Amino acid sequence: MIEAILTLGISGLAFGVLLGVAARKFRVEQDPRISKIIEVLPGANCGGCGFPGCSGLAAAIVGGQAPVNACTVGGNAVAEKVAEIMGVQALAVAAKVAVVYCQGSLDVAEKKAEYVGIEDCRALDQLGGVKGCPYGCLGLGSCVKACKFGAMYMSPQGIPVVIREKCTGCGACVKACPRKIIELVPADKQVHILCRSYDKGPQVRKYCKLGCIACQACVRACPLKAISTDRGTLARIDYSLCDNCEICVSKCPVKTIVSYKVREEKAVS
Amino acid sequence: MEIIAIILGGVLINNFVFMQYLGLCPFVGVSRQLETALGMSGAVIFVMTMASAVTSVLEIYVLAPLGLGYLRTIAYILVIASFVQLVEIFMKKAAPGLYKALGIYLPLITTNCAVLGVTMLNVRHSYGIFLSTLNGLAGALGWSLAIIIFAGIRERWRLMDIPKTLEGFPLALVSTGLMSLAFLGFQNLFKAVFR
Repeated sequence: MIEAILTLGISGLAFGVLLGVAARKFRVEQDPRISKIIEVLPGANCGGCGFPGCSGLAAAIVGGQAPVNACTVGGNAVAEKVAEIMGVQALAVAAKVAVVYCQGSLDVAEKKAEYVGIEDCRALDQLGGVKGCPYGCLGLGSCVKACKFGAMYMSPQGIPVVIREKCTGCGACVKACPRKIIELVPADKQVHILCRSYDKGPQVRKYCKLGCIACQACVRACPLKAISTDRGTLARIDYSLCDNCEICVSKCPVKTIVSYKVREEKAVS
Repeated sequence: MEIIAIILGGVLINNFVFMQYLGLCPFVGVSRQLETALGMSGAVIFVMTMASAVTSVLEIYVLAPLGLGYLRTIAYILVIASFVQLVEIFMKKAAPGLYKALGIYLPLITTNCAVLGVTMLNVRHSYGIFLSTLNGLAGALGWSLAIIIFAGIRERWRLMDIPKTLEGFPLALVSTGLMSLAFLGFQNLFKAVFR
């Protein structure tokens, strides 16, 4: 027993010293700003910036390939610190939050099949999904698994929910969704048309109670002309024009349009 | 005689990649370019040779006399990991471009089963320090030969029209299999030469 401990201990120590000496002798002069920036970055290695992990982004910032506010997760606080290290002025990061554009939970959407297989949306997407809607949420939670910040969960009815306060806007869920129904939207925009079905109205009605039927009510109601129909079959909000007035929410006959503002106030009261 | 047998055996007859199917991960991973393949070969040759030498010293003077055979795997991995780290530190300084090109495969030499494999084979054949080192060197040369030939083949892929289903790893593994068949031809080399 004691020999075993000594053998491994001594050989470990010997190699440790050897490596220590080697590290000192072959030290590479690295820009000290890189390690400083790594310290400031969140360290989640989420890849939301498009670089391989936080150290990759730090090297890119110092190398000039990325702006100082490239980290959407860290937001303004991190951007300011990075800018200080780099000695430049930071531009404000527009905080973004993920929005799931589907409300087709099991009690709302028609179910046409049972799925027994890999618990992964990409696998299910290959088979066409279990719901009637060919555009909607597959409900297996690949986006929830992709979230590194615990900002998503599956509702009991099988639709992912974003916890807006926790969402950092890294975009991991956006990449994970094979149906592309998650998008990053400026956090101050709170009115959303939660549907991505391009099918025509009567068809949508058949398989989903909350799907957009492109009745144009919201398009007509919007005082800022922020809503238009995409391909004539799906209403979409131009977020650059929307001011969260919520008029469209009350006008929508199928309740596809949702305001997160209302929900939050309700939760408070 | 034994020296020739070890060298021929390591490089051709018992080639790690083609006959023993060891060390395939970096073999497929970094054989896209001849240049990175050469760099990787250098690193593996160093690690395998040094690891064979040091582990055989460790085996003969420490583990065997103290009856610590059960510590072999962990002690060997310690030695191998240290040498890999050494190569990494050195390469970062001496060849940063190569260091970047090899990426994760460089630290992964630690888990290259060919390296641990050769040290374990040294014990099984109860080679002395010199023969162990030679065996490590020969094995590493064989591995390098394999990856360098293979990188040459893969570089020519770029000029070819490869079916979509075979692109990348599938074709790499099929080609490895075909090369392995070719290396089967060396099986009786030793007997034929030294009859």
